[in-house]
Amino acid sequence: MKIAVCVKRVPDTETRVRPAADGRTLDEAGVKFILNPYDEFAVEEALQRKEKAGAGEVVVICLGPAAAQETIRTALAMGVDRGILLQTDRIPADGFETAKALAAELKDGGWDLILFGKMAIDDYNHQVGPMVAELLGLPCVTAVAHLELDGGHGVAEREIEGGIEVVEFPLPAVLTADKGLNEPRYPALKGIMAAKKKPLDVRPVQLGAGSIEVLAMTPPPTRKEGKIVGEGPGAVPELVRLLREEAKVL
Amino acid sequence: MSAILAVCEHRDGTLRKVSHEVVTGAHRLGDVEAVLCAAGPVAGADQLGRFGAHTVVTLTNAGFARYAPEGYAQAIAERAKAGSYRAIVFAASATGRDLAPRVAAKLGVGLAGDVTDVAAEGGVILATRPVYAGKALLRVKVTAQPAVLSLRPNVFTPVERPKAGAAETVAVTVPAGRVTVREIKAAEAGALDVAEATIVISGGRGLKEPANFKVVEELARAFGGRAAVGASRAVVDAGWRSHADQVGQTGKTVSPTLYIAVGISGAIQHLAGMRTSKVIVAINKDKDAPIFKVADYGVVGDLFEVVPRLTEEIKKLHG
Repeated sequence: MKIAVCVKRVPDTETRVRPAADGRTLDEAGVKFILNPYDEFAVEEALQRKEKAGAGEVVVICLGPAAAQETIRTALAMGVDRGILLQTDRIPADGFETAKALAAELKDGGWDLILFGKMAIDDYNHQVGPMVAELLGLPCVTAVAHLELDGGHGVAEREIEGGIEVVEFPLPAVLTADKGLNEPRYPALKGIMAAKKKPLDVRPVQLGAGSIEVLAMTPPPTRKEGKIVGEGPGAVPELVRLLREEAKVL
Repeated sequence: MSAILAVCEHRDGTLRKVSHEVVTGAHRLGDVEAVLCAAGPVAGADQLGRFGAHTVVTLTNAGFARYAPEGYAQAIAERAKAGSYRAIVFAASATGRDLAPRVAAKLGVGLAGDVTDVAAEGGVILATRPVYAGKALLRVKVTAQPAVLSLRPNVFTPVERPKAGAAETVAVTVPAGRVTVREIKAAEAGALDVAEATIVISGGRGLKEPANFKVVEELARAFGGRAAVGASRAVVDAGWRSHADQVGQTGKTVSPTLYIAVGISGAIQHLAGMRTSKVIVAINKDKDAPIFKVADYGVVGDLFEVVPRLTEEIKKLHG
């Protein structure tokens, strides 16, 4: 199986987010960057599918700054065969621009599967995977939490409100991975050493500005100071009174 | 007034309530034409006029009984191209998050997803989107024509603004989709999704073991079908609860009217997922837990004593 996994470098979930001096982007000072957690499920799935098939290639493709080579090395250490960095200093707010750059790279690649995480935990876009599928004319299933593949046919489960949608599709296809799909492996020391020698192509890309312009990044509204109603079960009647009379939510 | 296409949803032929929110949000931008993809009449579609739709168009196809990603995307994109809509508005629901990017790509434009505020000012569409799971807000200008937006569920409170809601049915022809929904496995009866419930009660590591989630479930039941049970990342990672229930940066972002955090210390990635709740209650034995910093009301104490007492009080109110 020949599988491409598109990944993103994102700030760690414990990051305290502050706007930079331009008031529109993240202040990256002191921020630790990681492989997007949903992309880890995509990488793991690709590795398991290749292992099961007994042959094939898993390639990660990342659009991002030079520092994203480190993100790619994380995937290589997990077992991915090679990496491609589509290098750009600025990822536009318009996910369609990212999708176009990735689709141009993926086109005519002869992929059996193209995997993404269901979303990036920084921009929360949930969109690049299905947009790439549209651009390439491939079938697509998003937010896959369970997957069965049998030859050229797949069955995926995706969570919807109040249930699970069972979806059938043919290969090749674009899938986006949700948590629950698998348990991503930790890179072993051997993998980390091997990753240093695996091929990593760096190709500069020019992205369009797109149609979504960021005017400002602001902190969320601060919540007004709350109060401790009391201690132990004795505080419950007062809590209920406040919820009814002050907050008016009961 | 600009024409706005509000893409509504149904499940098994019954309108989903999130559609009221979509029409309400779309109404801020102009004259709303609500559109549905369905195999036949959708029960409840006639309500959309009440929320401000001047027309309710049902695009019918025998393959549209369930969500058909490719067919829906083509039908909506063709409708969008045929009119001169200023914006196409979706719900950022499970279906909307799948469908909106496909339609945007077919139209060759970007998608402002999961927006929590939107306005048209001097012909320009301005939207607010939470990023980093709500740790920051992006104010964006959408310059595409049409603008494609999806609205975060539970944020745009439906407002009644009666319009004609004139029903129109258009049979559409689309090729058979390659991706087909074979079945929908329903979650256990009455289970609400945390992203859509008006009350969310989440449990964390303070519950000590998976079986103890029953104290949280009993409290949820006391609210008579309005409350969903959520979970912190720690307990989802430990396998106690399904990922579908996880609230936080790698789970769901929720904005219920009332959020009750039970035995959750309040890691930054959890707070990110629930800080836009209207009222937050925290129950925790550690008075210094970070959750109390965002809670409107806190009770310090043993959750195994406090929560059952709260369940009793809520039952009294609803009894």
